[in-house]
Amino acid sequence: MTDMTSSVQSTFQRPAQARRDIGIKKRYAAERRFKAYGVTAILIGLFFLFVLLWTVVSKGYTAFQQTAITLPIEFSEQIIDPKNERAANPAKLMSANYPLLVRDALVKALAIDPNNKALVKKATDMVSPSARTQLRDLVVANPAIIGTTADVALLAEGNIDSANKGQIDLTVAEANRKVNDQQLGWMKTLTESGAMAKQFNTGLFTYGASSRPEAAGIGVAALGSFYMMLIVLVLALPIGVCASIYLEEFAPKNRLTDLIEVNINNLAAVPSIVYGLLGLSIFINFAGMPRSAALVGGLVLTLMTLPTIIIATRAALKAVPPSIRAAALGLGASKMQTIFHHVLPLAMPGVLTGTIIGLAHALGETAPLLLIGMVAFVVDYPGTPMDPSTALPVQIYMWANEAERAFVERTSGAIMVLLIFLVVMNLGAILLRRRFERRW
Amino acid sequence: MSTSLIFLIVLIVGLAAYFAGRARATASSNGKLSVLHSLPGYHGVYVAIWAVLPAAAVLALWLLVSPFFVESAVRNSLPEDVRNQGGATTELMLGQVMQVASGLKLLNAEELGAVTSGSSSLRDALAAKGVPMANAGEAYMVTSAQKYNTMQDASRWMMSAVVLIIAIAGAVFAVRGINAPFRARNRVERVMLGALLLASSIAILTTVGIVGSMLSEAIRFFQSVSPSTFFFGTVWDPRFSAAGSGGTEGQFGLLPLLAGTLYIAFVAMLFAVPVGLFAAIYMAEYAKPAVRGIAKPLLEILAGIPTIVYGFFALVTVGPFLRDMSAQLNGLVTGNYVNFIQAQSVLTAGLVMGIMLIPFVSSLSDDIITQVPRSLRDGSLGLGATRSETIKRVILPAALPGIVGALLLTASRAVGETMIVVLAAGVAARMQLNPFEAMTTVTVKIVNQLTGDLEFNSPQTLVAFALGITLFAITLCLNIYALYIVRKYREQYE
Repeated sequence: MTDMTSSVQSTFQRPAQARRDIGIKKRYAAERRFKAYGVTAILIGLFFLFVLLWTVVSKGYTAFQQTAITLPIEFSEQIIDPKNERAANPAKLMSANYPLLVRDALVKALAIDPNNKALVKKATDMVSPSARTQLRDLVVANPAIIGTTADVALLAEGNIDSANKGQIDLTVAEANRKVNDQQLGWMKTLTESGAMAKQFNTGLFTYGASSRPEAAGIGVAALGSFYMMLIVLVLALPIGVCASIYLEEFAPKNRLTDLIEVNINNLAAVPSIVYGLLGLSIFINFAGMPRSAALVGGLVLTLMTLPTIIIATRAALKAVPPSIRAAALGLGASKMQTIFHHVLPLAMPGVLTGTIIGLAHALGETAPLLLIGMVAFVVDYPGTPMDPSTALPVQIYMWANEAERAFVERTSGAIMVLLIFLVVMNLGAILLRRRFERRW
Repeated sequence: MSTSLIFLIVLIVGLAAYFAGRARATASSNGKLSVLHSLPGYHGVYVAIWAVLPAAAVLALWLLVSPFFVESAVRNSLPEDVRNQGGATTELMLGQVMQVASGLKLLNAEELGAVTSGSSSLRDALAAKGVPMANAGEAYMVTSAQKYNTMQDASRWMMSAVVLIIAIAGAVFAVRGINAPFRARNRVERVMLGALLLASSIAILTTVGIVGSMLSEAIRFFQSVSPSTFFFGTVWDPRFSAAGSGGTEGQFGLLPLLAGTLYIAFVAMLFAVPVGLFAAIYMAEYAKPAVRGIAKPLLEILAGIPTIVYGFFALVTVGPFLRDMSAQLNGLVTGNYVNFIQAQSVLTAGLVMGIMLIPFVSSLSDDIITQVPRSLRDGSLGLGATRSETIKRVILPAALPGIVGALLLTASRAVGETMIVVLAAGVAARMQLNPFEAMTTVTVKIVNQLTGDLEFNSPQTLVAFALGITLFAITLCLNIYALYIVRKYREQYE
């Protein structure tokens, strides 16, 4: 005690200029450096977030526009149905020579010599091969159109579309370019005459898989994802809520409960691809369910989402104060009535928030779906969850593997759509929490 | 009657039973509801449960069991010589009979007569209805198929009748038992408790399913490839020279895949751990609430982005950027503009995976750092330590076990990550140490072996399950150990 007082006194008595250097400057510099590391780390994270989003948006925003060539198509009876058999045999209209109609219209619009085969070929290459089905559908839907001339907006071929959006490097030698000078010249004429224009790309949202970028869309994949989300919601929410109620409110504290607990925490961290293997082996090989079906995908994603929902629900149930339970029990409610009439309704915002976050996670999941055969070239909308279908992230994966420039654009566009869905879901979860969360 | 129709009828019976039970309970109270032990609604639900549950159970059981009965009966109806041809052939014939049976249902009486009398070809008749047949079919098939169809129909009718009788009988039985002192609520609640228990056992069933299914397929794989060549083999080359054709030893070597997996995960952790940890420290110890309120959710967006998006980012942006940058660097130094980083490389995959892992590391560590008691902090600051000294000397050592647990959880995620490596790591299975070259991972190979046309008995596809169970075992160990540490740590400060 006396030592201490004497040392304090000696410090006070020491003159100011003789103050011992205890490295305070150095320590403060270390402090500043340490703080700077923290700021740098956060900035690195935010930088990559920004670069990632910027990449997707800058590559993808053009996907929402598509070049169309509007041509006056003459639905000539001589080409579509030269022998006038359509009344007797409507199938004739399905197999008519529709590309010829496009060719004739192009030849007229561009004033090409119809006998110059090479030139005509270059011209018809500018229009997507999907024009054939487009015209066919028009004629089949309305046979009265035969014999008349109508303006039809045909999709431009993918490379022409890219060139029109300025994505093709025109300094490259013509031979190495996907679009030749002749076509560029025609594009200019068509644009000046107003025949070629960029319009909103509705096809991106309605079409299915296609090997032609201009005719490929995410409509079919989005429907498949929708089915799966529906199945996940219908199965995972009730099962998850029931399981958490049991574990949180009824389960006796014993080995089995402990095991279930460890199990659920562990299942939440199992790699998603393992769930794909489970689905392949149990649902498809053992139970004989169809491959590529949204049903199987939904079941696999349900199993994957369950732990998330259970963990969130248990936290929400735990947050309801015991006074609510005591009050209900005191008034004569049974334990089951207490939980279902009072505790669960109060925990519902938390449960729904967890469910939405689980669903958002499931919506973006790709790996398990690859294993159960959802990497399929699906052109038609699946009528039921049993039909072959694909999912939004799987469609993105398949497009990401395509080489063409127009597919990169579409992949980014599809990613933007997926991210918008996810942002909406997560915002919904946050709003739900803000709106209904009660602090006890 | 279709199954769903039967089920619908059972549900309608259940609904009717609910109202009947309610009405009976109300009636037995003689207008004074308080004499009832349970509310009328519980009586209703009790009766409905009796109507629906046993009937549904019988329905499910029937659907599961009856195909075996019908099949064995049809198998016995096949001619002697067919049955003696051995398992595979009989199964094939049985399959054809089923095909014929489904086709016969589409024929009308006249066509059916022609087919049974042999006057028209079975194959043509069925082809006209859109049922293709591999060969012309034989006469006995028609009889067997008809037998199959009649048995199938009989089974359906019997099932419908039995299920409906059980539903109605259950409802009647339950309604008759209702009186005022009957403890309906307790019974209903017991059923509810059973349902809750069933739901929570799904978690266990999932694990059992994962382990059981992968183990059984993996055992089939190990019957053709010995476990030692799989686990210690250094060559991965499953495609050429199928197993069993000689010289197949070492073709399914796990080591190159494991090396790639661990290498990429290591590079990812090398990037994610410092960034994530410093971000967590800054947010927990330095950041003002306003900064924290913005930076934390922004970083967590990174965790919400689907991994396929990261894969695409690696494929179109990071990979080409690293490749071109390495070419420029090489050019500046040696004058030779050749890239030394491949577009698909360990570095590309590791870097992008690292970005994905930043929010995992930062939010897990953030939670753990904020759990360190205030008193430790105050004590250190009160003794004159600066904030960074407090963090380095007091908080981090105190939080270390928890942080290690968090890092293990993150590592398990890195090991099991699929989409980034599928798009960014490449498919070449080799063991080397150059991070600028492509390597491949366990998950990539699982995807490669199982997409495309599958033949389910070949080791080429079954190996995916052996890889899967290896992956599951690795992540399971990491997870359980990490969860154990984190739990232990939490108890320490509670």
